[in-house]
Amino acid sequence: MSTYSTSFDDQRLRSALATGERPARPSPLASSLTFLWRAVLKIKHVPEQLFDVTAFPIMFLLMFTYLFGGALAGSPRAYLQEVLPGILVMTVTFITMYTGLTINRDIQKGVHDRFRTLPVWRPSPMVGALLADTLRYTMASSVILVLGLVLGFRPRGGVVGVLSAVALLLVFCFALSWIWTLLGIIMRSENALMGTASMILFPLTFVSNVFVSPQTMPGWLQAFVDVNPITILVSAARGLMHGQPAAGDVMIVLLISAGLTLVFAPLTMFRYGRKT
Amino acid sequence: MTDSTPPFLRAVPPPTAQAIVTEGLMKHFGSTRAVDGVDLEVPAGMIYSVLGPNGAGKTTVIRMLATLLQPDAGQARVFGHDVVGEAEAVRSRVSLTGQFASVDEDLTGLENLVLLARLWGYSRKDARRRAAELLEAFSLEEAADRQVKKYSGGMRRRIDIAASIVVTPDLIFLDEPTTGLDPRSRNQVWEVVRAMVAEGTTVLLTTQYLDEADQLADRIAVLDHGKVIAEGTSSQLKASVGSGALHVRLMDPEQRSEAEGLLASVLGVPVRLESDPHALSARVTDATDVAVALDRLARSNVTVTNFSLGQPTLDEVFLALTGRPAEDQTVEQEAAPDERAEPAV
Repeated sequence: MSTYSTSFDDQRLRSALATGERPARPSPLASSLTFLWRAVLKIKHVPEQLFDVTAFPIMFLLMFTYLFGGALAGSPRAYLQEVLPGILVMTVTFITMYTGLTINRDIQKGVHDRFRTLPVWRPSPMVGALLADTLRYTMASSVILVLGLVLGFRPRGGVVGVLSAVALLLVFCFALSWIWTLLGIIMRSENALMGTASMILFPLTFVSNVFVSPQTMPGWLQAFVDVNPITILVSAARGLMHGQPAAGDVMIVLLISAGLTLVFAPLTMFRYGRKT
Repeated sequence: MTDSTPPFLRAVPPPTAQAIVTEGLMKHFGSTRAVDGVDLEVPAGMIYSVLGPNGAGKTTVIRMLATLLQPDAGQARVFGHDVVGEAEAVRSRVSLTGQFASVDEDLTGLENLVLLARLWGYSRKDARRRAAELLEAFSLEEAADRQVKKYSGGMRRRIDIAASIVVTPDLIFLDEPTTGLDPRSRNQVWEVVRAMVAEGTTVLLTTQYLDEADQLADRIAVLDHGKVIAEGTSSQLKASVGSGALHVRLMDPEQRSEAEGLLASVLGVPVRLESDPHALSARVTDATDVAVALDRLARSNVTVTNFSLGQPTLDEVFLALTGRPAEDQTVEQEAAPDERAEPAV
């Protein structure tokens, strides 16, 4: 059988096996960051997956600014001041759905079997994936903001206002993404997942104050818009960007985010642990 | 999360220790009993093979032992740790190479190994060193920076196994490690398995090939419909089956009936005439009779151009053990992936 040993080195294999090295278990943060690194490597190897975080924002911003701008605010430029924070929220919220899609695809392959037999902090593959998605949300936000500034968006809240609005959005999207990770684990196919996610996200983002003021809507619709978390987030983002932050809105968004994480993160982990 | 075995506890288990003990292990998928009361005892330090056709429940047993799947009933202990209650302790000592890619196809070989080394707690620098060491050991240095999806089948298996020994496990599960490999790559896998066990790792491997179990395993459990139908060493198993089939090919087809008579009288079993007019075959129970039979042919001037004593096939084992051939139990095969994507509760 020694004739076959040309393709691997028995001596080296023996010594690699014999090291007996057993480093200390990594901390939850370290293993989550390692999974973040994995996701970044995947972006490096498959850059197409950045398409949705660049193309969508550009398309949405241009489309809605010029479609509605003249009619709703007299000019696209005037409309942009109000609509940009809204479109930012809407687009990035929409992109969160790809989190579930990525997990769903990833988990169809065998590599998670290996991850699940490793003695690491159990949620770290999910946390790492969500941190990577947060990077993608940041990219999408940057694309919108840069394009917005070019088109004439002038935030009165300055750099600090804009950055805190983006930070609040990222916190919310991180929390919201746990819903998609859960669905990504549970659902059989990408199509079913896309369908379900769209059914939730379309009404949530459109039936809000993103495009028009709720005052023009019928009472029953207004009632929904007023309690829609997206509306609250958009108000908070507008306030922060234009230098009139509403602490109440910010607080509510943070509470909703905490609630989403507290409910859906454990559910995700439960289903992930039971995944066959 | 609380249980991480400190390094000093990771002594080489004493030779008598049991690596795996299962009692009445059960797993249902819907109405299908994939694993139906399996009792196994795998002593530490050996190669143990679970042999069975597709859908016999081999993978399900492995997935339960590797803490990926919870048993519906019965229990399983790995080095004394319960696979459900002490899953974390089990995970720190085992490693799994699944039937399907258990590395990330989008990443390169090097990245995969560094990733796993980091997850096992290696520092950045040590992780790179360990990855390089393993790539060298498996002669994958040149493919280090290539994405795994571009690897050949044999390379793929090697990186899979390398990924499983980033930290040398006390017990490794290899789920059909040679299915779909060419003979050369299969031999490489066998050599790796032998090296692992020589370095003190217990190996549990599943296979559909009797030949593989015979070549590698110290003990074999034959699984059928989720039940262990035979267990023992390879020779014990074969004793219950017979040694296999003798195939003889003659120079001159004219001599075939003479050869048939001679073989039948020596071997004491019916001799089959193959469709090839030069060939005949017989099932033999005792390999020593074969030498006598061939000698008899030579003395009678029957010229044999070729002969072989084949291993009994899995089919023959099944025929001997169950009285029926090993059918492909595809029903269960389908049940498992189905369960993978079960709908929301």
